[in-house]
Amino acid sequence: MNFLEAVMHYEFLQKALLTSIMVGIICGVIGCFIILRGMALMGDAISHAVLPGVALSYFLGINFFFGAVFTGVLTAIGIGYISQNSRIKNDSSIGIMFTAAFALGIVLITLMKSSTDLYHILFGNVLAVRPSDMWMTLIIGVIVLTSVYLFYKELLVTSFDETMAQAYGLPTKLIHYFLMTLLTMVTVASLQTVGIVLVVAMLITPAATAYLLTNRLSFMLFISSGFGSISAVLGLYISYKANLASGATIVLVATGLFIITLIFSPKHGVLRKLINSRKKRVSYS
Amino acid sequence: MGTSISVDQLHVSYYGKEAVRDVSFSIMPGSLVGIIGPNGAGKSTLLKSILGLIPSDKGTVKVQGGEVKLARKKLAYVPQRSNIDWDFPISVIDTALIGTYPKLRMFRRPKKSDKQLAMECLEKVGMSEFKNRQIGELSGGQQQRVFLARALAQQAEIFFLDEPFVGIDISSEETIIKILKELRDQGKTILVVHHDLSKANDYFQQLILLNQELVKFGNVDEVMTPETISRAYQGQLSFLKELVVSS
Ligand SMILES: Nc1ncnc2c1ncn2[C@@H]1O[C@H](COP(=O)(O)OP(=O)(O)OP(=O)(O)O)[C@@H](O)[C@H]1O
Ligand SMILES: [Mg+2]
Repeated sequence: MNFLEAVMHYEFLQKALLTSIMVGIICGVIGCFIILRGMALMGDAISHAVLPGVALSYFLGINFFFGAVFTGVLTAIGIGYISQNSRIKNDSSIGIMFTAAFALGIVLITLMKSSTDLYHILFGNVLAVRPSDMWMTLIIGVIVLTSVYLFYKELLVTSFDETMAQAYGLPTKLIHYFLMTLLTMVTVASLQTVGIVLVVAMLITPAATAYLLTNRLSFMLFISSGFGSISAVLGLYISYKANLASGATIVLVATGLFIITLIFSPKHGVLRKLINSRKKRVSYS
Repeated sequence: MGTSISVDQLHVSYYGKEAVRDVSFSIMPGSLVGIIGPNGAGKSTLLKSILGLIPSDKGTVKVQGGEVKLARKKLAYVPQRSNIDWDFPISVIDTALIGTYPKLRMFRRPKKSDKQLAMECLEKVGMSEFKNRQIGELSGGQQQRVFLARALAQQAEIFFLDEPFVGIDISSEETIIKILKELRDQGKTILVVHHDLSKANDYFQQLILLNQELVKFGNVDEVMTPETISRAYQGQLSFLKELVVSS
């Protein structure tokens, strides 16, 4: 049976596909703002920081969405507090806070159950997506995309020129934490697909690929979510065919697309630069 | 007509080190005012504090008789050094277009008329031919002019320009000062931090001479006397004396 027939046939594959595409899109969109604000490290931090929240949710018997968002946002606030109120720089404060949260999460999870759960949370298991997970991903997707659409202006100006945004009265801190909340939600939505450890790749790699291809933010958002979802579909296909870990395969596809773009991008590609500077030199010799 | 900006006993410090001490002045609408003083005199600090970008320790700032918080959208600011990522995926025209954002309501996008306004402002500063360039692909002076265009697109009542002429060639400087004088004649208020004392006479009617404290505030001829200038520029007075006398 080929992949397409299998998708028609098996509901679990349809769910996996739909969920991965959605994850590709929202990671692509939020990722653009993350890299433009120079917050790649923050993306990594928040994604790890949801772990204790997931564990707590299991303890309390609630949907892991709530616990994850709680500890994710709490960690973002903690990082902000330390770097603003002490001489510790932002990257160090990120390093301290997220490893602490992650370690706490691991302790909590090993306290309670078998380690297979931990493995799935860390590395994802998209083929085991339950209907409830799929719906949660879709709802998060709608919230994230609507928010970005509605607050596009504010996100653009605070990412580009924070001083101007402050001067004309935008609540820049609030917008920062709002973005952190969206980031946490995206992470939660991606847990099943790629897992905590690799979410950051889905955030950064497609966005960075798009960044090499355009000089307009609006285009970048579309290109990035395109690359995100193509990686997800292609990765899922390959992992199904070759029986590989799905999350890791998706990430490797995204990386492959990035490398191809890095070499061949017509605007910012390595090859273009090489050819252009060579042409110039040849024309003078 | 009421004052445009009034500053009363303003004190600003960085981590306990005072940068602006007890500064008071008030400016009427329709003035083009220069702020001068040596490096580290607190000129940039004064602007930032009026704009509410850094907190003050004491004193009040009023804009059109009310709190700054309520008048934010009437203020446009071009900083001395824009603290931005020059590789940001944005074009020259879209940068100027951001100037129209403060007046747009939440959830609203710029309309055709806003885009036209942004384009006109780029034309005014002579940057319209670069409108599709990415912002980092410009020279320093060109970048400065784009940010000025953005400030113009804000259609503000009060403009704060921190050393707008640094790195700008003489013909662009003349165009810009012409634009600023037009704004003044329309009743706007413009505060310009400026380094070149020799031009102060031509450009401004009023000067704020600063060296931590307010050394002198008044009409140009009152401020540009050898005595007051040397009081502000203490150590550097020999070369300045010539300058003031010659101007
Ligand atoms: N972010 C900061 N942290 C600590 N001290 C600062 C900071 N910014 C400025 N200062 C100090 O405050 C004083 C005033 O600085 P300010 O930038 O306002 O001077 P200025 O008059 O604009 O100088 P210039 O002509 O060089 O632009 C200086 O002594 C400076 O060292
Ligand atoms: Mg300054």
